[in-house]
Amino acid sequence: MQKLAIEVNSLIKKFGSTTAVDNISFNVEEGSITALLGGNGAGKTTIISMLMGLLIPTSGNIKILGEDIITDRYSILPKTNFSSPYVDLPNRLTVQENLNVYANLYSAKDVKKQIASLSERLNIKSLLDRKTGQLSAGQKTRVALAKALINDPQLLFLDEPTASLDPDTADWIRSYLQEYAAQRGATILLASHHMGEVERLSNNIFILQNGKIVDSGAPKVLVKKYGRSNMEEVFLDVARGRRFDSIIEN
Amino acid sequence: MNNLNLSSRRISALVLRHYYLIRGSIPRILEMAYWPTVQMVIWGFVTQFFIGHSSWLASAAGVLIGAVLLWDLLFRSQIGFSMCFLEEMWSRNLGHLFVSPLRPHEFIISMIIVSCLRGFFGLLPSWILAFVFFEFSIFSYGLGIVAFFSCLMVMGWSLGMIVIAVVLRFGLGAESLAWVAIFAFAPISAVYYPVETLPAWLQIVAWCTPSAYVFEGMRSVLIDNIFQYDLLLGAILVNIVYLFAGIFVFAFSFQGARKQGKLLQTGE
Repeated sequence: MQKLAIEVNSLIKKFGSTTAVDNISFNVEEGSITALLGGNGAGKTTIISMLMGLLIPTSGNIKILGEDIITDRYSILPKTNFSSPYVDLPNRLTVQENLNVYANLYSAKDVKKQIASLSERLNIKSLLDRKTGQLSAGQKTRVALAKALINDPQLLFLDEPTASLDPDTADWIRSYLQEYAAQRGATILLASHHMGEVERLSNNIFILQNGKIVDSGAPKVLVKKYGRSNMEEVFLDVARGRRFDSIIEN
Repeated sequence: MNNLNLSSRRISALVLRHYYLIRGSIPRILEMAYWPTVQMVIWGFVTQFFIGHSSWLASAAGVLIGAVLLWDLLFRSQIGFSMCFLEEMWSRNLGHLFVSPLRPHEFIISMIIVSCLRGFFGLLPSWILAFVFFEFSIFSYGLGIVAFFSCLMVMGWSLGMIVIAVVLRFGLGAESLAWVAIFAFAPISAVYYPVETLPAWLQIVAWCTPSAYVFEGMRSVLIDNIFQYDLLLGAILVNIVYLFAGIFVFAFSFQGARKQGKLLQTGE
């Protein structure tokens, strides 16, 4: 039986009277790329925040790599990492300085070697001496990815990894992530509302709406299930309330 | 127990982050030393003027300069501590920091170290100026003054923790508190006048601040050449209360931020 990287049971998060995540349960297998797909406000970022222990759930259980995120958070965090276009690296530090700081925060074994290897692989060697704030969106994304891979994480959380990138850079990032997961056997959980990205990268998708998982499955299975030609059409069916049941009835 | 681990490597990583930041920014370097130096020059000349007009000040010429130096130490400790946190908020970096294995207490320790370094390098020019131009060295008054120094620094960190707890709770809209919070303590800290100058009810409030003990102790050393251990003990005891209050308020606010998702989305 495949081991689980993430086990979520009856997870609820409320902010006052608003329920951001509404009693969801799901598992993510080790070595898989899984996507949380949903529109704005569907609860993707809230779920990822809780999986990293940055946000405390109202109720429910989360196990990451076999350990409880609430009680064993600090034995889990060295094995995971995170990237999001909405959380910056300090803009006034150079890329090299930022990577140096995070390599030490994650207790990387050989900092110099790790930074050299990552900068080679992610094609950021020429950016190392530049201030992070002076980089283009595409360059910043590659640097953020280098930071997210600085500890060779077993589990990588990515919140909209290609948001605001041009198609060429976005494609490059996706290829790299696929290669990384395949080579290292790492698990990737990504939150996105980019259908093409999700369809291409993921082994499994959880479709979210108003904090609930409304459907899940492999991209091809979902496309077939809804009788559509791609995930974008599936997403529109879900978003506009044309769910699987009604499609079958019609 | 894993939660209470302490890693010197993670602490130095964060100190390194602030070293990189300050090293690469001339305005930040100037800002550290600018105000203490200006204060020193002003109060140095005020002292020189009063020496000829006040027999009390003539007998203890260093009392005003010493007060300025110590007050700036308190201010620099608090602002140095708070600034470290604000820098992380301004750069929207808190999310990355707190999904790393960095523990909150390691974060606090690194801010204390940065605050010490910022305080030392910020105050060094004013100490040199005081010695060169006004022949005043606070260190010539012995190790007792260093003990009072430490008390003021601990008070600065405690207030710094409360300030960042407020900023964490209310967002960057509350950041100006970092600059002004300490001045609420100035009138009751008896920086430039004895506690007995205050009305009786305010004297009780004053004795609830570690700084009042320190400044009374400093005057006792500078004017009477007597080191009053009871004042040092008073400062230490009140500081323990302040330190625990600071840690408690920060921990409470940090936990609240984790419940409300404020660590990932920091801003106004």
